Amino acid sequence: MSSALELRRGTYRDSVSLMQVSRSVSAVDGVTKALVAMATELNVGLLAGMGFETPDGAGPNDLIVAIRADDEDALRRAREVLEEALVLSTGGGTGIGSAAGVPPRTIRTAAGATPGASLALVSVPGPHAFAEAMDALEAGLDVLIFSDNVPVEQEIRLKDVGRERGLLVMGPDCGTALVGGVGLGFANSVRPGPIGIVAASGTGSQELMCLLHAAGSGVSHCLGVGGRDLSEAVGARSTLQALAMLDADPATELIVVVSKPPADAVAAEVERYAATLATPVQLAFLGQGRDDLTAAATKALAAIGHPGVQGRVWRPEQAAPTRTGALRGLFCGGTLCDEAMIIAADRLGPIASNIPLRADWALPADLHAAGHLMIDFGDDGLTAGRPHPMIDPSLRLERLAEELADPACAVLLLDVVLGHGAHPDPAADLAEVLRAAGPNSPTVLISLCGTDLDPQDLAAQARTLTAAGAEVHLSNAEAARRAVAIVEGLDA
Amino acid sequence: MSAPNPRGSALLTRDPSVVTVGAELLADALAAQAVPVTAVDWRPPLPGTADALAAVLADARREAANKVAIERVLASTPHLVDVKPASEALGLTAGQFRHAGPPIDWARASGPMRGALIGAVLFEGLADSPEAAEKFLAQGHAELDSCHHHHAVGPMAGVVSPSMWMFELEDTTHGTRAWCSLNEGLGKVLRYGAYGSEVIDRLRWMSAVLGPLLRTAVRAGEPIDIRAIIAQMLQMGDEGHNRNRAGTLMLLRELLPNMIDSGAPTSDIAEAARFVGGNDHFFLNLDMPACKLAMDAGRDVPGSSLVVAMARNGTDFGIQVSGTGDRWYTGPAEVPDGLYLGAYGPEDANPDIGDSAITETAGIGGFAMAAAPAIVRFIGGEVDDALAATRRMYEITLAENPAYQIPVLDFRGTPTGIDVTKVVRTGILPQINTGIAGKVAGTGQVGAGLVTPPADCFVAAIEALAEATPPIG
Repeated sequence: MSSALELRRGTYRDSVSLMQVSRSVSAVDGVTKALVAMATELNVGLLAGMGFETPDGAGPNDLIVAIRADDEDALRRAREVLEEALVLSTGGGTGIGSAAGVPPRTIRTAAGATPGASLALVSVPGPHAFAEAMDALEAGLDVLIFSDNVPVEQEIRLKDVGRERGLLVMGPDCGTALVGGVGLGFANSVRPGPIGIVAASGTGSQELMCLLHAAGSGVSHCLGVGGRDLSEAVGARSTLQALAMLDADPATELIVVVSKPPADAVAAEVERYAATLATPVQLAFLGQGRDDLTAAATKALAAIGHPGVQGRVWRPEQAAPTRTGALRGLFCGGTLCDEAMIIAADRLGPIASNIPLRADWALPADLHAAGHLMIDFGDDGLTAGRPHPMIDPSLRLERLAEELADPACAVLLLDVVLGHGAHPDPAADLAEVLRAAGPNSPTVLISLCGTDLDPQDLAAQARTLTAAGAEVHLSNAEAARRAVAIVEGLDA
Repeated sequence: MSAPNPRGSALLTRDPSVVTVGAELLADALAAQAVPVTAVDWRPPLPGTADALAAVLADARREAANKVAIERVLASTPHLVDVKPASEALGLTAGQFRHAGPPIDWARASGPMRGALIGAVLFEGLADSPEAAEKFLAQGHAELDSCHHHHAVGPMAGVVSPSMWMFELEDTTHGTRAWCSLNEGLGKVLRYGAYGSEVIDRLRWMSAVLGPLLRTAVRAGEPIDIRAIIAQMLQMGDEGHNRNRAGTLMLLRELLPNMIDSGAPTSDIAEAARFVGGNDHFFLNLDMPACKLAMDAGRDVPGSSLVVAMARNGTDFGIQVSGTGDRWYTGPAEVPDGLYLGAYGPEDANPDIGDSAITETAGIGGFAMAAAPAIVRFIGGEVDDALAATRRMYEITLAENPAYQIPVLDFRGTPTGIDVTKVVRTGILPQINTGIAGKVAGTGQVGAGLVTPPADCFVAAIEALAEATPPIG
C-alpha cells in the first residue's frame, strides 16, 4: 500500500472541476482512494475519514491532493492522471469558449482553432510578412511565405528560427509548393510519384513537375525555398532543411534541386550535404552552358529508369508566314523568362530585359528597346502594389497588343501557366487580344505550363490558343528554340 | 553552418491542414483541393509601425523574455497583510500627494484630478477653503507624483495624502509589497473629484474608525489570500473592475469575525460592516494592488514586450513596458463610451482617469467581461458582446491565467499579459471597463462605461522597444 498527501497553497479550482479530477484519479487502476479538493472544513473531514492527517495550516484556498494506491507504480500513474486532469480543468476547450463565430485575428489563434494545423501560408504585403511568419513558427507551424519584397535579413532570421524549432520556412517569394498531393500557391496537379523537388524557383518547379507528369512519372513533394535561399547571404538554409525532410520521406526516391547557379561556396555546401544523404540528389542549377529544365527533367527520369520527356506541340490550323526581326518575350514566370533568354542569347546575342542576363542588357524604366527583349511581368519591380500576372494579366495583355502591332517584331514568345491559384481561364484573354491583331502580325509562340489534371484543362487551353493562331509548346525550352529558329530565318 | 533540423515538422507526414493569412485566392485554391483551411482575418498593423514591429519580433531575446516576465506575473500570490496610514505605508509627509496615472502637474491636471487634490488639501488641513486649497496647489506648494512610482495604485484620481489609510498587500512569492487607499463608495467621492463637506467628513471617519478597525481585524488573522478571492469572484459574476460585489462580500466574510472580536464599540463595527457591505466597489481597492503586485513582478526583463502598467491621470493615458523600465508611453486620454447617471451626459464626462486599468493589465476587468454578463447591460451591450470582448483579448495577450477562470468560456483562464507586439500587429486595443468622472472639479461620478487606450501609446512603445533591440541578422 502506498499513499501520497500534498497541499498546494493558493491553487483555487471550483468544486465541480475538482470532483471531476478526483473521479479521474480514482479511476486509475490500483488506486483505492483519491481526494483532490479545496481544504474546506467538509473536505478536511473527508480527508480524515480516508485516514489522512490534515496538513498544517490547510485552508479553504489551498488544494489538497490525497491518494492511496496498491503500490508505487499505481501512485505514479495516478499522479500523471492528476496533472493532466488539472490542466484539462482549466478549460480552453470547445463550446462557446472556443473561437465559435469569431474569425481569428492571428495565426496563433487560427492554429489553435484548426485541429492538426501543420502549415501557415502567408501572402500579406511584404513589409508585414515577417510578423506573420514569426507568429506561425512560434505556433509550431511550418510556413510558406508567398509574399515578396521581404528584406533578406528578415528572411535569414526566420530561417534561423525555423531551424531552431525544427521547422521549414518556404520563401519569401515562394510561389509554388506541393505537399502530400496538395498544391500551395501556384501549383499544377500532378500525379504522385518518386521524384521530390527542392525549388528556389516557382515556375521552374512548375515546369519541371508538368514535364515529369507528361512523361508519365510523378512527384512526391515539391518544397519551395524562395528565390534567394541559395544566395551567399542566406546560404541555402531552407534548401538543406528541405533536403533532410525529403531524405526522410519514404515516397521520395530521387531529389532534384532546382535553382539558378548559386555562389560557389553555397553550391559546395549543398553538394557536400547532398552527398551525405541516403537518397540520390540531382542538382539542376540552371544557367548559361548548363541543362535547361527540359534536359533536367529527362535526366531525372533517366535516373529512375523512366523514359524521357516527349515534347508536345499544338500547331494552329492556319500558320501565318514567318518573318525575321526582333524576338519579344512576355513572361509571367521569372525562371521561364530566364531560360528563354539563355537559349536565345546563345544564338541571337544581347536580349534586353528587366531581369537581364548581364547588367548592361538592362531595359530602361519604360521597358522598351529596339531589338530583342524579354520582360518578366512577375518580377518584384512590376508586382509592387498589384497582383501577380498569373492572376491579373492586364499589364501583359496591354503590352501584347502593342507588340502585335510592331512591324519590327518577328516573334512573340509568351508563357501561360495553369494550375491552382492561377487565372481560371488565361487562354481566353490572350486569345481575344490575338484575334484582334491585324494582318502581318508576328508569329506567336506559347509555352504552356500545365497538366491534364489542372482545373483549367491543358487540352482546352491549347485549343483556344491554337484557334487564335498561336503555336503552343509544352516545353518552354523547345518554344524558345523554335522562336530563335524563326528569328534567324531557319524556319519557313 | 549548423546542420539542418527538421524534427519539428509534420509537413510530409501528416495530411495538410493550413492556416492562411493574406490573399483569399490562395485560401480558395486550397479549399478547392478539399484541404482544411482556416483563414486569418488579417488587418495591417498600426500605421507606421512595420519596421519597428519587425525589429522587435526579430529580437532573439523576446520570446524567452516574455516567458520569464509572464511566468513571474502568474506566480504572484498577493495577500492582505496590514492596513495603515499613507504616512507609514508610503512615507508621505505633509504637503506630499500621490495621484493616478503618469506624472502630471497642476497646470495640466483635469477637473476631477484638481477636485481630488483640493479635497485632499482640505482633508489634511493645509487650507481652510476650496479657494485657498486651489491657490496652495496652483502655487506649487504640493509635491505631486504618480502612485505607480511608489508601488501604489489609486482608482480614478487616485489621490493619496499622508492621513489616508491604505491596504498593504504582500506578494508572498516575490516578497514585494503594494498599497492602495480604502474605497469611499460611489457618487460624490474624492476619487471622482468631489470635495464637499460630506466627502471630507467621510474621509475623516475612514481614517478615525474604519482604518484602525480594519487594521485590527487583518492583524488578528492570517494574511488574506486575495488571489483566491479574485478567482472565486470571477465565478460569481464579478469581473474585478466595474463589478466587485461578490469580492466585497467575500472580503467582509473574512474580516467580520475579527472585527467583532476586536472589542471596538459595536456601533463602530456595525457602521463599518454597513459601509463595506453597502459599497459594491470596496474590493476594487484590494484587487487593484493585487494586480499591481502581479505586474510589478513582470517588470524589468530586458527584451520583454509585456505591458506592466496602464494608467490614466485624466489628461494622459500612459503605459509602461517590462523591457524599457519606468518609461511612460503616453497619448491623450479618451472619453469613455457609456451610460450616465441621472441628467448627466457625454458633455459632462472627463477623459479617462485612474490606475484601475491595472486590472485589465493583469487580465481581469474588461478582459474578463465574459465572467460578468450582469454588467453588460449596464454598459449597453448584449451578453455576446461580453464573450466577444474577452475572446478578442486572447489575441493580444501572452498567457491564460490558470488561477482566474471564466465558467462560461469552459473555465478558460483569463487573457493575461498584454504584448505590445500583438496590439501593434492586430490593431486590437485593450478593452477597459471604467467609471466616468465629471469634468468639472467637485462634480463626482457621472457614469460608467468602456474605453480603450489611445493607439499612440503602443506606437511609441514599439518604437522604444525597437531602439533597445540588437540589429537583426
